[in-house]
Amino acid sequence: MPKRTDLRKILIVGSGPIVIGQACEFDYSGTQAVKALREEGFEVVLVNSNPATIMTDPELAQRTYVEPLTPEFVAKIIERERPQALLPTLGGQTGLNLAVALAEDGTLDRFGVELIGAKLPAIKKAEDRALFKQAMERIGLALPRSGYVRSLDEARAIVRQIGYPAIIRPSFTLGGTGGSIAYNPEELEEAIRWGLQMSPVGTVLVEESVIGWKEFELEVMRDLADNVVIICSIENVDPMGVHTGDSVTVAPAQTLTDKEYQLMRDAAIAIIREIGVETGGSNIQFAVNPEDGRLVVIEMNPRVSRSSALASKATGFPIAKIAAKLAVGYTLDEIRNDITRETPASFEPAIDYCVVKFPRWAFEKFPEADRTLTTQMKSVGEVMAIGRTFKEALQKAIRSLEQDRWALTLGRATDAEELRALLRVPNPDRIFAIGDAYRAGFSTQEIHGLTRIDPWFLEGIREIALFEPEIARAALDDADVLRRAKQLGFADRRIAELTGTSEAAVRRLRRERGILATFKTVDTCAAEFVAHTPYLYSTYEEEDEAPPTGRPKVVILGSGPNRIGQGVEFDYCCVHAAFALRDLGVEAIMVNCNPETVSTDYDTSDRLYFEPLTLEDVLNVVEKERPLGVIVQFGGQTPLKLAVPLREAGVPILGTSPDAIDRAEDRQRFNELIVELGLHQAAGATARSLPEAQAIATGIGYPVLVRPSYVLGGRAMRLVYDDEDLREYMREAVLVSPEHPVLIDKFLEDAIEIDVDAVADGERVIVGGVMEHIEKAGVHSGDAACALPPYSLGEDQVRQLATEARALARALGVVGLINVQFAIRNEIVYVLEVNPRASRTVPFVSKAIGLPLAKVATAAMLGHPIVPHAWVEERELAHIAVKESVFPFVKFPGVDIVLGPEMKSTGEVMGIDRDFRKAYLKSQIAADSVLPTSGKVFVSVKNRDKRLVMTLAKRLVEMGFSLVATAGTARVLERHGMSVELVHKVAEAYRPNVIDLMKRGEIALVLNTPEDGRARRDSYMIRRTAVTQHIPYYLTMDGAQTAIGAIEALLKGELQVLSLQEYHGAAR
Amino acid sequence: MTPAVLVLRDGRVFRGRALGAVGEASGEVIFNTAMTGYQEILTDPSYRGQIVMMTYPLIGNYGVNPEDVESRRPWANGFIVKEASPIASSFRASMGLDEYLAAHGIVGLQGIDTRALTRHLRDHGAQDGIVSSVEPDPARLLERARALRGLVGRDLVAEVTTEAPFAWAEGGWELGRGYVAPVAPRFRVVAYDCGAKWNILRQLRMAGCDVTVVPAATPAAEILERRPDGLFLSNGPGDPEGVPYLVASVRALLGRLPIFGICLGHQILGLAGGGRTYKLPFGHHGANHPVKDLATGKVEITAQNHGFAVAPDSLAAHGWEPTHVNLNDGTCEGLRHREWPVFSVQYHPEASPGPHDASYLFHRFTDLLARKGG
Repeated sequence: MPKRTDLRKILIVGSGPIVIGQACEFDYSGTQAVKALREEGFEVVLVNSNPATIMTDPELAQRTYVEPLTPEFVAKIIERERPQALLPTLGGQTGLNLAVALAEDGTLDRFGVELIGAKLPAIKKAEDRALFKQAMERIGLALPRSGYVRSLDEARAIVRQIGYPAIIRPSFTLGGTGGSIAYNPEELEEAIRWGLQMSPVGTVLVEESVIGWKEFELEVMRDLADNVVIICSIENVDPMGVHTGDSVTVAPAQTLTDKEYQLMRDAAIAIIREIGVETGGSNIQFAVNPEDGRLVVIEMNPRVSRSSALASKATGFPIAKIAAKLAVGYTLDEIRNDITRETPASFEPAIDYCVVKFPRWAFEKFPEADRTLTTQMKSVGEVMAIGRTFKEALQKAIRSLEQDRWALTLGRATDAEELRALLRVPNPDRIFAIGDAYRAGFSTQEIHGLTRIDPWFLEGIREIALFEPEIARAALDDADVLRRAKQLGFADRRIAELTGTSEAAVRRLRRERGILATFKTVDTCAAEFVAHTPYLYSTYEEEDEAPPTGRPKVVILGSGPNRIGQGVEFDYCCVHAAFALRDLGVEAIMVNCNPETVSTDYDTSDRLYFEPLTLEDVLNVVEKERPLGVIVQFGGQTPLKLAVPLREAGVPILGTSPDAIDRAEDRQRFNELIVELGLHQAAGATARSLPEAQAIATGIGYPVLVRPSYVLGGRAMRLVYDDEDLREYMREAVLVSPEHPVLIDKFLEDAIEIDVDAVADGERVIVGGVMEHIEKAGVHSGDAACALPPYSLGEDQVRQLATEARALARALGVVGLINVQFAIRNEIVYVLEVNPRASRTVPFVSKAIGLPLAKVATAAMLGHPIVPHAWVEERELAHIAVKESVFPFVKFPGVDIVLGPEMKSTGEVMGIDRDFRKAYLKSQIAADSVLPTSGKVFVSVKNRDKRLVMTLAKRLVEMGFSLVATAGTARVLERHGMSVELVHKVAEAYRPNVIDLMKRGEIALVLNTPEDGRARRDSYMIRRTAVTQHIPYYLTMDGAQTAIGAIEALLKGELQVLSLQEYHGAAR
Repeated sequence: MTPAVLVLRDGRVFRGRALGAVGEASGEVIFNTAMTGYQEILTDPSYRGQIVMMTYPLIGNYGVNPEDVESRRPWANGFIVKEASPIASSFRASMGLDEYLAAHGIVGLQGIDTRALTRHLRDHGAQDGIVSSVEPDPARLLERARALRGLVGRDLVAEVTTEAPFAWAEGGWELGRGYVAPVAPRFRVVAYDCGAKWNILRQLRMAGCDVTVVPAATPAAEILERRPDGLFLSNGPGDPEGVPYLVASVRALLGRLPIFGICLGHQILGLAGGGRTYKLPFGHHGANHPVKDLATGKVEITAQNHGFAVAPDSLAAHGWEPTHVNLNDGTCEGLRHREWPVFSVQYHPEASPGPHDASYLFHRFTDLLARKGG
């Protein structure tokens, strides 16, 4: 069937900010879809609130709306743009839910918009568990026994039939939010209460436990001619009971006979047909009883998912791109396989390697959170590794995590009891504990009994762990042992540890012995056909099949797994570097290990190396490719850490020199620079011991900001108010990074913080954007909201900031990007830090000003002057963009939500408008903080804020809100003539207290500024309840003030939508 | 670990470790891209004369079991994998791969760069080779490899066909039940055994056929004496031109019985119908080949295993038309006669291993039988 000609304009919905369970895999899928549809001549309208994405680049779609992903806003866009179709299957659960809402509220019918890919009935059938269950029964497939409940009593009735443990799954939530496992009546009560609260429709599925069964996923594609193919099978190493996003997974499936696999394949095909997903990709999860092979269906996602991104990277089959083409009418056999060029897309990829995906958690950011892995996803990112064997891929995966783990060991002393506990309950360390269990003499049978992990995977770990003594004994003398170690995936660094030598020495030895990495191609077809796309991975085999080209080339080092502090923003920069290199006629070579990203799409760069970002693996690529140089400044801390060792190995680093980077990071050298330039910085010094730290802190006066040197995302950075705080911190911080000292700075209380992003070519510096934070100093810049251009600073101040940023860039000899963080206090500008590299805000700035800074920076690194872009500094923007952060608190019960110098956010959104208040309002809506226009506002502020809160409270009352407060705040408000409803504090025994009111839905907005330091525990419950009850809350006076301004704007007028192309067209 | 080596006719040598039986084996070296189903592959008589190399590197993970067999024994001359699993992880497993190969005297090789070998065969064609874990000198092996005869023109069917006719009783496989008792048969079918995979016979049985399996050398007259409703031509090893006696028998039966042929059976029909066959450079061996049904336009993912193919244009003048085409390389995947109730496919609708997309063909056959009978 050829392409449809009745469609001209198609709307694609993105997935919004990065949250746990929905990350940059949807930037990858959306970007592929936009490219594919444009290639076919369609006009594409894109909406996504996340500015850090490639898909929101104004060059990509014809119309790009960075607007909140709510039915109201998307309806406005539809009304303006009048697309003929909406493609809802590429924007994750968010995109799908939005499409359902627009279909159900009649918007799509009203404007004649057709859902393509998946129609409403199919989406409902797949998403509504009751309908899904009926559908499965019709085609004779089994599900775990279950029942749908709306109350605890109903839940108890179901459990009487299915027994404990019971799985609790709230309806219509994302990444398993609110899901849990109940082992007893007490846990059931808690789990049901939590689940009902989390479900937007107040229903929960209570399900028979298939914990311990083997878990599989199939990625299925279907076209309009009803052709169905399976792109990839995935087997979870962690059996049922752990969310697949938190499981170590392997592709293809390893432990199914063909007969069993074909049963699953038949089931998957029957499911996609019965559900009626017309075209595109779906993900279907199965559980298999290891005792008898019994197969049950777990769920189906009628859309592209995280697993489809993984499957695409694991096979080389671009699921999202093909899904987009199928949605507009093509059939699979009409689409060419890009990699082989000769063969069609209507086939099932054959893999001749093993792929391991390993999740990346961020528990170090949330020490109070429960590290147990369950059915609710907790990881923030993932890595993928490719090897010729499971063992090789697994070891490559663990070093890809960048958690300084080089072997399957916990790296500390344990006893058998602790190991048993770590094996029994799923947790992030379990795989490592298995290695230690083997070292401690456990048998596969015992480990299997505790973990229920298939013995085949355990055997692989056993072989790795038990080969280590052999390495220690003979790897330095016996080339066969060394080769075997490399084939098992051992890092040089681990071999060095085991043999008591250095990584460099192992590398030298390997070269002498001719034990070198060989590169193989991911080609969809196990080498049956010639591959034209150099998508490569390393292994230790006989043949290297990918000789470098003779072209001039540059290697870009990616940013590795998503984590808090280093996410999609850096991938965005790396992708732009690749685009820029291509434009300049230089071969772009990407090295990265994150399967969710656009950078690891095989057509983003000229050559893709899917490899860990360690010195060893990067040197393997560089030694083979001999590039003009390596770009280290775009991928965040990951490549930056490699800059010096790479340079020492003789590798040219493009752009700003590693020495300049060091000058900005090294406290002593940085101080000298500031003095030299006549700038100001907060008083501070470096401490190497506790007494030293105490002396410094006392000298400059509390509060102080403390942090280890060389960190990103404010890792372990803390605001310290007194000696006791400091002692506690130093005990932990010294553990955090033993090689580096601790920096102690005077905390600039009540200072305004500013971020400046600029690009330089060694001579000229262009300031791309000056961003004023909404929150005052003390909140990590990655968590703070900010506005571009500044909303309260004077022109002279903005000019001064730009001038200082330029001076710093020049003094450091920056070639490429630079980010400077400033604070203004009492009219004095302080330099907080200088980062001569891409910052998290580069994509935000680029979208706000309409100039892709990373691209300009790449050209500068290759010697192209940046002068032609200087117009951007002269231009007056007619709009203002606000960045707001998004947090994972809802996933981590027990964690306080107060922000501080350590970054906690997983993602960001942008609000853009001509009016600052409206832009801020949009950013709040996009971040899912929907501001009320009436109702009760609960006000509870710390003493220092009581004076300031007066004005805010007055404005709220004038707008028609009523006030609720506890005694302290109420007294102050009443003294100023406002009437206040008094409620009890949580600590008081009387009910109802403020929590009761919140739970009853009587509070529309919470303004709570917590006391500093340890005193804030008092109001902790209020904040947690705001999160779980989904009540908008503001924890700083600045935030509250801005929010109230936004409410005023909301009351006054309607919000409008406008595309980035229109904003920038008007500005030019 | 005993060292072992593969020497190809063109001189390329791969060194690895022994797997299965220690010894020496020769044959045409081919690669198979299926990721599951090694036990079915090993026991498929069509691999007689060939050394099979699996492109998927991790083989033996689920061991072997008494159920997943396609004939009474493994037939492949030799077996090559990247890494044979030391353990068998499956509730159905009865032994490990290594033990199984050793028990059946199959000489194997593991630990070589199988992808390099695949690329070599892809670029230089499938060719004779020797796997040995007893002869350490590659030069001697090369000499012997050069003396091998290849598959062209050889009668390998004679090595695998049944000695005497027998009736087939077993039906299809179900999880937890094994091979189930089939429905009452409606049709009597005679199957020429060129090395038939049992799953074909099971599928015929499930479609309602009472199947009698006869040796490949059975004359046409004996077939007709059995008065069957239809004739089936099975898969089998090697070159169809190596079995001229069967081609002659089939030619004599054309137009007299409904006929369904699979794989070698399809090629035999092609020759019997007046057409020509030719050798493919490295054949089709795997479970992911897209085939288009020219009548419906639908694409099915198929299991394949053949080194020779029918040239469809050579048959056009004789009343034949292509029904299926391979979307990867455009080769002929199915034929039917315009007047006679005769059709065939080059691929394996019985799967095992592989997808079940094409199982409808067994019903297409029984539909023909029903029409003929009614």
